[in-house]
Amino acid sequence: VITIELLHDIVKQAVKHGATEAEATGVESTEFHVEVRLGEVEKLQEAASRGIGLRVLYQGRQASGSTSDLSPQAVDELISSTVEMAKLTSVDDAAALPYGDELAREVADLGLYDPSVNALTTERKIEMARSAEEAARGADARITNSEGSACSTATGKSLLVNSAGFAGEYQGTSCALTVAPIAKENGQMQVAVWGDRQRALGSLDSPETLGLEAAMRALRKLNARKVRTQEAPIVFESSVAEELLGDFFAAVDGYSIFRRASFLVGRLGEMIAAPALTVIDDGRMRGAVGSRPFDGEGLATRQTVVVENGVLKNYLLNTYTARKLGLRSTASAIRPLTGAPVVGFSNFFIAPGVYKADEIIASVKNGFYVTEMIGFGFNAVTGDFSRGASGWWIEDGKLAFPVEEVTVAGNFRDMLRGIEMIGNDLRFRGRVAAPTIKIDHMMVSGE
Amino acid sequence: MIEPISFFTGKFDISISDIESLLGAALSRGGDYADLYFEYTTLNSLNLEEQIVKSANRASRHGVGVRVISGEKTGYAYCDEIDVAAIRKAALTAAHIAESGAGPGPVGVSPSRPARDLYRVAQLIEDEPLPRKIELLNRIDRKARAFDRRIREAQVSLADEFKVVLIATSEGSLVGDSQPLARMRVMCIADDDGALQSGVSGGGGRVGMDFYSDQLLDQYADEAARQAIIQLEAQDAPAGSMEVVLGPGWPGVLLHEAVGHGLEADFNRKGMSAFSGMMGQKVASELCTVVDDGAMPNRRGSLNIDDEGNQTSQTVLIENGVLRGYLQDKLSSRLTGAGLTGNGRRESYRHMPMPRMTNTYLLNGMSSSEDIIRSVKRGLYAVQFGGGQVDITNGKFVFSATEAYLIEDGKVTAPVKGATLIGNGPDALTKVTAVANDLALDEGVGTCGKDGQSVPVCVGLPTIKISEMTVGGTK
Repeated sequence: VITIELLHDIVKQAVKHGATEAEATGVESTEFHVEVRLGEVEKLQEAASRGIGLRVLYQGRQASGSTSDLSPQAVDELISSTVEMAKLTSVDDAAALPYGDELAREVADLGLYDPSVNALTTERKIEMARSAEEAARGADARITNSEGSACSTATGKSLLVNSAGFAGEYQGTSCALTVAPIAKENGQMQVAVWGDRQRALGSLDSPETLGLEAAMRALRKLNARKVRTQEAPIVFESSVAEELLGDFFAAVDGYSIFRRASFLVGRLGEMIAAPALTVIDDGRMRGAVGSRPFDGEGLATRQTVVVENGVLKNYLLNTYTARKLGLRSTASAIRPLTGAPVVGFSNFFIAPGVYKADEIIASVKNGFYVTEMIGFGFNAVTGDFSRGASGWWIEDGKLAFPVEEVTVAGNFRDMLRGIEMIGNDLRFRGRVAAPTIKIDHMMVSGE
Repeated sequence: MIEPISFFTGKFDISISDIESLLGAALSRGGDYADLYFEYTTLNSLNLEEQIVKSANRASRHGVGVRVISGEKTGYAYCDEIDVAAIRKAALTAAHIAESGAGPGPVGVSPSRPARDLYRVAQLIEDEPLPRKIELLNRIDRKARAFDRRIREAQVSLADEFKVVLIATSEGSLVGDSQPLARMRVMCIADDDGALQSGVSGGGGRVGMDFYSDQLLDQYADEAARQAIIQLEAQDAPAGSMEVVLGPGWPGVLLHEAVGHGLEADFNRKGMSAFSGMMGQKVASELCTVVDDGAMPNRRGSLNIDDEGNQTSQTVLIENGVLRGYLQDKLSSRLTGAGLTGNGRRESYRHMPMPRMTNTYLLNGMSSSEDIIRSVKRGLYAVQFGGGQVDITNGKFVFSATEAYLIEDGKVTAPVKGATLIGNGPDALTKVTAVANDLALDEGVGTCGKDGQSVPVCVGLPTIKISEMTVGGTK
């Protein structure tokens, strides 16, 4: 097992080998995954994994290493080779551990560990996956096939020790249930993947709820067609608004900012979006998937308001990017097992608005309700956005017919300013969440 | 080349008779088939930015994955140690998938070697001294900055890995491989009075240090810088349905998304692919012959043996427009009776194998690229792409152009901004109306994701014309 003592020892040894600063991290996890298809168990996977990582600085030069081998020889080799590599890289003034006064003083209990996840039997997990698929298959005669349903659980422990005086560890659980029914009509097949992921078993949507929702989502894709190319108002369903927010992160990531590789460079304090938009990253929501007591460098996590009523308030930063920009870290460091910390979000969301999703749809005379997107067409440097989309066409405030094989395109600068309505339907199914949003116009490309 | 059997038995306390006994443990509750996948991998990376080497990283991982197949069911477990007791525990866990009771006892295996070596390398990149690798990065950085005064920044990285694998199966085979892989990546940012654009280039494969000649490094640098500078002039991309000409090389990602994934045997066996049940039918114009070939020397997607121990091969997927074959792994091959194609791949010992592409490309045609462009009145000429994605079930796929131009009256004119192209797999290739004779494979940068697993792949294409495709611009 990986202990704080082992990591302390690694840090001490690294310093002895000549490192001026050192940081050791450890992860241990046990994972379980079962997939059921057409009622039968198809895959069952169970394993435990672990690893330790070391980052050192040698007079401002940085290197890192990791190993899954915890034998004394492998650990010694990790320490000596990492220090030796650091002697050969360049002096980087911004590369350093956090200042001592920035480090978390205590490891807060954020309710990340649910013993009932560990207590679940294999039979029960199979049953959950089976029930979700059954609910989906029973929903409608047109659900004729299934990609299956999966139940996954994991328990993990993260540890971090550095030579600046931090030592901490925390445990967490996660459970996820996913189901993917296939609907068929007139020779056309459509699949929808739907699921939920939570830290606590009790917060997970029931298998029946997930199965029925997945079936509805597959069925409503049937008999879709292209539309003609036109500019139109766009309503993004909450699950796709989530993806837009994921793209937006790349534009506020401290690395994009100091590299000047974001369209939001130099815009702090400026109005970048409609006043209705508030975007928050919160590392301390109790029991949430993205919560953790300290970040990848040992700073106490916090809530950071990124956009407040349309004004850009903060970028998301770790120690390195904060020093490059002359700002303070927002405790957004993610520590990969190998490599320097990167910037990531915790629980990243758009604050809910006042409108019901139905009201937002009803406000559109002629426009596109996007319920799925495909592809990776976002350029954070320019803000240009272009992705494949499917959903329903809206006529006179009502969902008129399903649409597929079209793209929606625009530039994030205009899209952010063009947000006209924000829904009240915020729900976390992972680390990113957004309510339904309406954007005044984008280009829909089809026939 | 490292000899995998002696590598593992020499480095760890494990013998061939242990392996035979472990296969027996995997089948202790019955089951049709079991295999053990031993892996020892080291990964190195080096990153240069702002003209300094910001970090050097080295990771080492090893472990064993145990799989047991019983009918359509698969049990899988792995351990992060190469230790008989730990592997036995994993084997007994995976064994739970089978319920027939009695096992065969130890399963005899006979050692063999891959029939060929597609990536014999004089010197592994990981054995190069760090200062020598740093020199390569510096060279690219200098060259990129010299391209144009508007190139403000270059990020250069070199990632190399060396993976030794050993696969033991209950069919009695014991075969290993040692697999080098390297990738250089260059990203340039151009800044023209605050207007920013980026360009990306790079390449690699299953190669050694000698692959990265000065000439090739300079080419990467120039290419990334050129793309960034060109984009400074780009107009808004057009929106709507139009003729599209794809240039040679990386635009082959079209094949990967439009037909490649849809022809993986697992999706078809389960009737979930838009191509299910279409074997022998016309799915492309007769100008199109598409192959997947894992047996090409030194390519990023190549393997001597796949991750189930079977020899890789060239598989014809589409021949003169007619669907001819699927990409098979062991499980699909067992269940459908189709022959193995050597496409059972996995990301690591922590993952189960499944049917995956290797190097996928379209064969040359008779046209010339000049004639193809001349034949277009109004259309899009796309030469560089970012990623793509496909919905296997309805066949809809996208891929995003990062460098494209308008074609007007048979001439390539203005550069346009990035745009996503969208199409339908089963009919996209039926609209291929011309294929040129300039087939190229990509430089060796592709990574394919499926079901949470990433594997290195290659794509290739000659210049082709598609009579109609939806282009997702804004104008």
